[in-house]
Amino acid sequence: MNTTWSRFNIASVVLGFAFLYLPIVLLVIYSFNESRLVTVWAGFSTKWYFALFNNRGLMDAAWVTARVGVLSASIATVLGTLAAIALTRYTRFRGRLLFSGMIYAPLVMPEVITGLSLLLLFVAVNFDRGFWTVTLAHITFSMCFVAVVVQSRLVTFDRSLEEAAMDLGAPPVTTFFKITLPVILPAVISGWMLAFTLSLDDLVIASFTSGPGATTLPMKIYSQVRLGVTPEINAICTILIAIVATGVIIASLINKRREVQRIRDEQAAFRI
Amino acid sequence: MQKLITAIAGRLVIVVPYLWLLLFFLVPFFIVLKISFSEVAMAIPAYQPAFDLSQGLAANFEKLKKLSLDNYQWLLDDALYFKAYVSSLTIAAVSTVLTLLVGYPLAYGMARAPSTLRPTLLMLVILPFWTSFLIRVYAWIGILKPEGLLNQFLMWAHVIDTPLTILNTNTAVFIGIVYSYLPFMVLPIYASLEKMDYSLIEAAQDLGCPSFTAFWKITFPLSIPGVVAGCFLVFIPAVGEFVIPDLLGGSQTLMIGKTLWSEFFSNRDWPVSSAVAVVLLVILIVPIVLFQRAQARAQESGK
Repeated sequence: MNTTWSRFNIASVVLGFAFLYLPIVLLVIYSFNESRLVTVWAGFSTKWYFALFNNRGLMDAAWVTARVGVLSASIATVLGTLAAIALTRYTRFRGRLLFSGMIYAPLVMPEVITGLSLLLLFVAVNFDRGFWTVTLAHITFSMCFVAVVVQSRLVTFDRSLEEAAMDLGAPPVTTFFKITLPVILPAVISGWMLAFTLSLDDLVIASFTSGPGATTLPMKIYSQVRLGVTPEINAICTILIAIVATGVIIASLINKRREVQRIRDEQAAFRI
Repeated sequence: MQKLITAIAGRLVIVVPYLWLLLFFLVPFFIVLKISFSEVAMAIPAYQPAFDLSQGLAANFEKLKKLSLDNYQWLLDDALYFKAYVSSLTIAAVSTVLTLLVGYPLAYGMARAPSTLRPTLLMLVILPFWTSFLIRVYAWIGILKPEGLLNQFLMWAHVIDTPLTILNTNTAVFIGIVYSYLPFMVLPIYASLEKMDYSLIEAAQDLGCPSFTAFWKITFPLSIPGVVAGCFLVFIPAVGEFVIPDLLGGSQTLMIGKTLWSEFFSNRDWPVSSAVAVVLLVILIVPIVLFQRAQARAQESGK
């Protein structure tokens, strides 16, 4: 669509983004508030950030969350990528319908159901609840998101590249690692990041599947939020937002550079 | 040898994720189903198993006859559960419509933006989706509470004299759902509007069609796949939402996700919470299947 950007369009975009960003911006601003009363501005201060580092429970929870996040995102990325390949490359196999159903259903499944059902599984097989159960639960729901992200990249993938490699004698496994994986790598990386943030974010499933000694950061935040809004929570939320925003922006810059490089390469190839 | 490796690798690509999902996604549902037929027990696990494979088939057939439907009877008898289901569906439906009303103009505005600006706008819509759901819901508490920023602003602007009560009402739940799920609505609609051929509109306008009619007769019908996908993506998870009604809603806000949570964590009644989950799943199965069909069709046409 190339057309005039009407005043109505501009207004709806500006208002829409104001709605999306204002609450987050206010939260960030008030994390630097001197006053303990969250809604009364009493001057700039970073004391709540220092208070965080002395909060032992919060730091432990952050460490648990980071470990669960990295581990579950890495395994989910492998499983999700495999699932995406299975869905796009193998159009016929027994139980494909059930398979694609199990990929798409967790995307919309209410978290309370996923959490409850996984907990009952762990209890049924007598698996001690804690770090590993949360990790397994996170792998399960985030691998589906990875699968969808990678699948959308694979659908537009130019298969003649793979065919060329195989015509030249490369076995399929080598072709995958030398040709397919490098091309879909940006999607795989953003799949990992998505899985990581989903894990970082999850309260409901973690609450069901966690056990003693494995309190995650969202569980900790949630239990404090129930007691009221405090500047400390604002501060920890700001840190989390900053981490995620930095990651996303860096990823999109890398993507953009790759894109520019690719276009340049193509033009160079045509000149020859 | 090479062929063997290839064949095994090809199998593993399907088998590994398949088994994983069977074990951690499908099997747990059958366990929920099983426990929903069990009797509550004051122990851990907090239920008397309805079936036990170690007792052999015959014993299980005996049990099958006196399968406990008590938990479902309980759900039927207590009006609270029925009200919670109806109210969840109503709240989710109203929020979906509201999200569409907010999201469509935004997606439309983005799709009409200069093409150099569009990637940035797209990233700006996706970015909040990456930040924590819990944090974004939490941010609204400080805004909506009686002495919160919204009331301070409205009183400063002399729009109101006494603070409005928004937090802990259904209004706050609507705001929370619209806010949290907005990217899910905007992205599919934007995707369908962005690839639209704008010369269709020009043709209509050349033939004297007023721009609103052109929008209604051409643009909107072409964006329906995106609207449908967006509505499913908002509606289905919103029905079972827990965090938003718990943090922003009040005591009169009945939502089934909250009911399930308190049934499980406060009352420790595992069989009843399993029955609540089974009924919720049965209610959602139709929209979930419709969503999957739409998703699969979109994937096919994308090829």
